[in-house]
Amino acid sequence: MVKLPIYMDNHATTPMDKRVLDAMLPYFMEKFGNAASRNHSFGWAAEEAVDKARTQIAAAINAKPKEIIFTSGATESDNLAIKGVVEFYKDKGNHVITCVTEHKAVLDSCKALERAGKATVTYLPVDKYGMVDPDDVRRAITDKTVLITIMAANNEIGTIHPIAEIGRIAKEKGVLFHCDATQGVGKIALDVEAAGIDLLSASAHKIYGPKGVGILYVRAKGPRVRLTPIIDGGGHERGLRSGTLNVAGIVGFGAAAEIAVREMGQEAARLRNLRDKLQAELFERLDEIYLNGHPTQRLPGNLNVSFAYVEGESLLMGIKDVAVSSGSACTSATLEPSYVIRALGTDEELAHSSIRFGLGRFNTEEEVEYVAQRVTQEVRRLRDMSPLYEMAKEGIDLKSVEWKRD
Amino acid sequence: MAYSSKVLDHYNNPRNVGSFPKEAADVGTGVVGAPECGDVMKLQLKINPEGVIEDARFKTFGCGSAIASSSYVTELVKGKRIEEAMAIKNSAIVQELNLPPVKIHCSVLAEDAIKAAINDWKAKHGKQVEATPADKAAQG
Repeated sequence: MVKLPIYMDNHATTPMDKRVLDAMLPYFMEKFGNAASRNHSFGWAAEEAVDKARTQIAAAINAKPKEIIFTSGATESDNLAIKGVVEFYKDKGNHVITCVTEHKAVLDSCKALERAGKATVTYLPVDKYGMVDPDDVRRAITDKTVLITIMAANNEIGTIHPIAEIGRIAKEKGVLFHCDATQGVGKIALDVEAAGIDLLSASAHKIYGPKGVGILYVRAKGPRVRLTPIIDGGGHERGLRSGTLNVAGIVGFGAAAEIAVREMGQEAARLRNLRDKLQAELFERLDEIYLNGHPTQRLPGNLNVSFAYVEGESLLMGIKDVAVSSGSACTSATLEPSYVIRALGTDEELAHSSIRFGLGRFNTEEEVEYVAQRVTQEVRRLRDMSPLYEMAKEGIDLKSVEWKRD
Repeated sequence: MAYSSKVLDHYNNPRNVGSFPKEAADVGTGVVGAPECGDVMKLQLKINPEGVIEDARFKTFGCGSAIASSSYVTELVKGKRIEEAMAIKNSAIVQELNLPPVKIHCSVLAEDAIKAAINDWKAKHGKQVEATPADKAAQG
């Protein structure tokens, strides 16, 4: 019997790997020193541990250890990269290029700069698979462009952007390229040299590490990237991010990154198999379901599907033993359905009907079978209750209906 | 957000799910909401010549609270005269189901569905039709 509840929301966060926890434990009570204490062994032990983690994380993205700046998470890293570059290079220009399906940490940082009159921002569209067109990036560049910020992979639909091409264009035009790789690091191969990335955000808790720790990679050479810090204080992290280092968290991030990269080949293949099995089972059993995201250029553990005529939140309620998430308005604080799904040109109704399955390291084939079976059962039950499904089966074109809105 | 036990009960065991023939003279059908808003309710009432609601059916596309609101309404209106049913306020639904503020629109939709279904029946029988809140909003 499969153990319930099942966690299948690994884009939101992941459970810690036992190996990560074991690496962290000494740094709470025994080796609790402040990495900035330069004059005693407690400080040295902490600094040594941080240096090791810096090396582990740098290796994961083909960077140099000194190019890694520790932060509180990817949201802070995105804020630092975007606001820090725009502020530092304000004499050079004030134009930023991003895309409509970026994470809110990126979009809202851009909007804050617009509101403050510090930047003008181009929000590039995406195609029906959620992918940005590198030619659009090229066309959007002006002599005022200081930064391009495009994510590695989308957190809702898993679409992997052509970042190496974007990086090449950025280099060619002499514009800095920031990549929010929160969903990419440890899941897909990422190489800041090969992809021409100048700044990269990542977070530990998406790769079976602890919450509350992230990094910003800041290129040191070719070009040397400069930033204005957003947090001032004791000058930690080369003055770019003051604040006592979260040593235990950083050690955990280092261990998590090393494990994720070491096991990536095997694990990505396993996840892709499980995901493809889940997808195949759902598409076999149910009609009128639609894949959101790219059919192939997609994170191995991601499956985002719209179940037509069934509202997402009601489906989540029906499969309460399975933790997944929905693009339905009813599950968001804003009462708007997912802006990512809507950006694909999908009907609003299908945005309300979307479910994101995020498979991770600890999901099993048995769980996939259970989830496929439960979701199928619940979609059928809710469709039997859905006036839209009834109308569609009667051959009524739902777009021709004049709806009475409240 | 946790659901109230009554919402869960109606969601798990919805009352009176189904459809009556739309064309039947004694059936009033109300369809309210819109797919792009994430809520569509269809409420059908079987009303006898004396104006008493004898039976009710619903189908709803929407969140759990929308499903629960429509399910509860089918129970609430049964046996009521149409004037009484017309007087049902969404606050009664909010109270019964303990709906949180973000779900109040579900109860408004359910109130609209009752009015729309009764008006449809009245129209079939050549009676004066009252404006629903949705109509008023559309005019206003």
